[in-house]
Parts: sequence; C-alpha cells; structure tokens
Amino acid sequence: MEQSWKKAKAVFAAALGPPLVWLVVFFVAPMAIVWAYSFGHNVGLTEISFTGTIANYARALEPLYLKIFVKSAWVAALTTALCLVIGFPVALAITFASQKAKTWLLLLVMLPFWTNLLIRTYALIAVLRTEGYVNQTFEWFWNLGAKVAPLGAYQPLELLHNNFAVILGLVYVHLPFMVLPLYSALDRLDKSLLEASLDLGAGHLRTLFRIVVPLALPGIASGILITFIPALGAYLTPDLLGGPDSQMIANVIERQFKRANDWPFGAALSFLLMYLTFIAIAVQALLSRGKKKEGVG
Amino acid sequence: MSTNHFRGASRRSLLTAFGAAAIGLSFTACGEKPKPGEAGGEEAKLNFYNWDTYIGETTLGDFKKASGVDVNMSLFATNDELFAKLKAGNPGFDVIVPSNEFVTRMAQAGMLEALDHAKIPNIKNIDPAFLNPDFDPGRKFSLPYTWLLLGIGYRKSKVAGVPDSWKYLFDSNQYAGKIALLSESADLVRLAAKYLGHSVNDIPADMLPKIEQMLIKQKPFVKAFHDDNGQDLLLSGEVDLVLEYNGDIAQAMKDDDDIDFVVPKEGSLINSDCLCIPKGAPRPNNAHKFINYLLDAQAGAEISKTILYPTPNAAAKALMPDDYKNNKVIFPPADIMSKCEYGAFEGAEKASLYEEIITRVRAA
Repeated sequence: MEQSWKKAKAVFAAALGPPLVWLVVFFVAPMAIVWAYSFGHNVGLTEISFTGTIANYARALEPLYLKIFVKSAWVAALTTALCLVIGFPVALAITFASQKAKTWLLLLVMLPFWTNLLIRTYALIAVLRTEGYVNQTFEWFWNLGAKVAPLGAYQPLELLHNNFAVILGLVYVHLPFMVLPLYSALDRLDKSLLEASLDLGAGHLRTLFRIVVPLALPGIASGILITFIPALGAYLTPDLLGGPDSQMIANVIERQFKRANDWPFGAALSFLLMYLTFIAIAVQALLSRGKKKEGVG
Repeated sequence: MSTNHFRGASRRSLLTAFGAAAIGLSFTACGEKPKPGEAGGEEAKLNFYNWDTYIGETTLGDFKKASGVDVNMSLFATNDELFAKLKAGNPGFDVIVPSNEFVTRMAQAGMLEALDHAKIPNIKNIDPAFLNPDFDPGRKFSLPYTWLLLGIGYRKSKVAGVPDSWKYLFDSNQYAGKIALLSESADLVRLAAKYLGHSVNDIPADMLPKIEQMLIKQKPFVKAFHDDNGQDLLLSGEVDLVLEYNGDIAQAMKDDDDIDFVVPKEGSLINSDCLCIPKGAPRPNNAHKFINYLLDAQAGAEISKTILYPTPNAAAKALMPDDYKNNKVIFPPADIMSKCEYGAFEGAEKASLYEEIITRVRAA
C-alpha cells in the first residue's frame, strides 16, 4: 500500500494541518511576540513599545549577567557529565539484561516521569534537610557507634541549600534523559562486533572504549544535548534546593518577568539562552554530519 | 479545624512554582465580557480573585444566602501574578485583593475602578487609622482587608535572648548558617535601609551601594532565600532565624511553642491587602455589594477566625476572642507599630534597580 504523498495531497494536508496550526498558534506566534518584546522597552507600567532598541541585549551582556550565564553553563555541564558517567553503565546493563528484565528496568527509569517535578523536588528536600532522612539515618548509626567509642554529639551534614544540593537535584531529575538515548543507541549495537573484539584478544575495558563508545557516539551526543539544554534552563531546582548563591539564569529571567516587571529585559535574557541552545544543537548537527562523512568516505 | 488556615506558605509556594510557567504568556485575556441588554440589574454572579486560604470557611456561602449572588473565587500566589494577569486587560474579575504597593501601581496604570463609598456603608467598621493611607489617599480605589508585618521569627532555645534588631539578619555572623531571608528584593533593600536608620522609602542613591556591600558581606552567613515559606524552614530546624510575616509565624507558633516572633526595634514594613474593583469589571454593583459584605462585622470576624491575619476592621476585631485580640504577634505593641511604615510604590525604575542589587548580591 505504499503510495507517494504527492498522490494523496488531501490526506497529507489533513494529517499535517492540525499540528502545523497548533505549532504556529501556540509556539511560533507567542515566541515571536516575546522576541519582539526583547527589542522594546517599558513605557509606563503596562505598555511595551517596540523601538528596535538593542539596549536590553547590551544590558544582558554586562559582566553581571554574563557571569550568571557562565555559572549556569558550568552547572549544566557538570550535571551532564555526571549523568553520562552514571547513565552509561546503567544503559549498558539494561542492554545486556534479559528481555523480561529489560522491560522492567526501562519502566523503572521512566517511572519518575509520571511524578510531577515539583513533588520530586519537595521529596528531595525531605531527604536532604538538616533533620531529613539522610541525617537521621547517619545520626542513628553515629549514636550506635557512640555507645562503643566516645564520638561526641552528632553534627548534621549540610546537604540542603547549597550548590551540592542543586547538582544532586539536577542529576536526579535529568538522569532518564541521558539513559534513554544511550540505551537506544547501545541496544542497536551489533553484538557480534563485541564478540569479535573479545575473540581477537581485546580486554573488556578496551572493547568498551574502542568499540562500544565509538559506535554509541550518536546516542551519547544526543544524550548530552537533551540533558544539557534543560539543565541550562533549570529554574525550580536551584530555586528550591539552592543556597543564597545558587541562582541560575532562569531564576533571573523569572524575576524580571515577575518582581521587576521588566518583560523586555527578561525576553532578551530568554532569547540569549535560546540562541545558546541553537548553537549547541548546530554544533551537535555539524559533528554528527562530520562523523557520517567520515564513515562514508 | 485544620492547620492550613493561614495563607499557607507551602501552598503559596506550590502555586508560585506552578504559576511561574504560565505567567510569561497569559492567554486568559479572552474571558467574559459584560453582557449588554441586562439593563440596571446584573446577573447574580461575581468573579473574585483572591490569595489562597484567605477567606472565611462559610463566607462565600453566607454571601450567597444574603444576596443571591454566586461568587466564583480564583486564586493567585503573588502580586506579580495578579498584575501580570490584569496587565493585558481585565479577563473578567470583579473584585481583586492587591497589596498596598500594588494598589498604587495599578491605580497609576489606570487598572482600578474608583470605589463608590456611598454603596459601602460598612466603611464605618474600619479602624480610622486605616482610612487615609499614603498609598491610596482618601481610599479612592481600595478598602483594607487585612494587614501584615515583616519581622524575625526565631527558635527560642537556639537564640540568645530576643533578636530584636535587623542586625542579626543583615549585619552579624552570630547566627551564621542559621538565617533565612525572604527573596523579595524590594523588601530586603528597604529593611536594610531601615536598619541603617533611614525610612523604607526615598532611599538615597548613595545609600544603595552601602546596602549592597552589607548584604554581600552577610551572604556567607545566610542559609537560604525563601519564597515566603520561612515558617517551614523554622519548623523543620533548618534555620533558627527567619525574615517572615507575623501571621505566618503566628501559625507556626501554634504547632511549636519553641518559636517566637519579634518586630525589630528599628521598625519594619507594613503590608496591607486591599479590596479593589479592577477596570472593566463586568458586575460593578455586585462587586460593591460583596466588598460591603466582607467589611461587615460578623462576616469580618468569620474571616479573621479562619485566616488569623490582623484585621483592620475594628467592629470585627471586637467580636474576636481574646487570644486573637491580645496576641502580641498578630497585633504588636503600639510603640513598635509607630516605627513601621508602608513601602510606597516609587516607579518601575526603582523596582528594577532593587532587583538588580539583589541579583548582584546573589551572584557575588
């Protein structure tokens, strides 16, 4: 029943039409408005005039905000790296698990998606705070030890309201974003190549780094991308888990739209963030194209 | 009686967080329009836009019994959310509850309808001290619903004496790592100015760098900037001193008698949530009726009983039990109150400037 779409234009249009309208009305148009805001300035309290000014972007590129951008990128990069290091073995283990176990393991990875991010973050607060579950557990063991040796009073660990908590929260939230693309790349891997490598005398580690990693590279690249981008724009996690110096760029943007009531400046910051994202995607696309050419040539 | 009678901060923070996603682009401007052809009388409906847990348990039902008007209440979490929602035009609200600073802001932006005092005889119930505030001279646009005061909530067993100065929050390492500040930039800058001996308003430009330096110096000793959930941080033992509203701490004190509240001796910021009618309200007659009802002594007492915030309604206060009337946290002593001020709305540039100061403090 294969048929060129040209022969069924009506069907094609009917199928494409609604999503296209949806995309334009609910994504392109609002984004265009916000984009226009970024070239305007506040007149009075409720009006924004579109003057084509680039003052908002100039302000966004001041050292104060650049520093926050750099810090956010650094936090997102660290999160992505940790997700990769933790996620790769997990994805590998799922790949080599039995068919039945695989389904269950994948379900476990996806389970957190069914819970609201806010609920998960509040749950982390309950785990990490001074009188949270981690500290209570340690205190219990400490007091047990104190019966044998003189240990003194238990000093609770400072786990919440600092940058450590932000990184932990971000890794926790973004891990599935890394594991799933890695898994889909590793699962498609031709297992006979691994057997060949092992047969020809390479060790397990060598096989991993010379065969598995290069073949899984597209999966790794897309995993990095879809972990890094949301982590860069993280708002809730630094807000709820962070300390006094944990603000990320999304928190600054939120306050511009709300408390400072400076939508044009907030829009400029948002679009700078988006331009950075586009650049990241473009770099990834270029890299993967380079890889393909290499493979063909 | 549940413990969620206050404008429960955890719920508020939840709403804040959920609202954050929706606030950037609000598509609600396609709401109801007044229906033409209903000469004189209005349909028996009213849209009320209020804070969460900020109304009596039976108030809306009682009003319906008394007037036949059905009140549909929606909730907002911050003044910014309220402002953002009405900024692009009134989506159909008849009565809203902005705080003092936003009353000025919205009045200046032409977003409020002038109140017809002749239709609100219950104005006589309001304490005269609240009838001519600087933020709305002559109460042209607003009538007071509640008021609230910022101060220091603290854990008695962990704090030496009474921390009765802003010094402990803004300029001292005595309680390093055990302090949480409210993450409202204007409030922080204003209270820091108050600590330095200035009014919370008209802060001179050369004082701002000093405030910024002081807060940057203090930052390592601050555990967190909270979104109005300071009482939770205090209750869970996360911090021992917290910048919070008196009503929120009064609630925490019910759960934990090791907690107390003090208004620092330098004085503080008063806020007042006010009843207003936004421009373009579809049912202004019902709105006046409803405001008048909320200011009734019985109805006001019913509300105060539930939300336990200080009331500016003298007649309602008289009907309240002694443990509310004589509560030093809900109604701090007069000599301290005389040092407290309303924060005035001083233009969008000031708001932006204060925001940038706190952004710099947090990035430092």
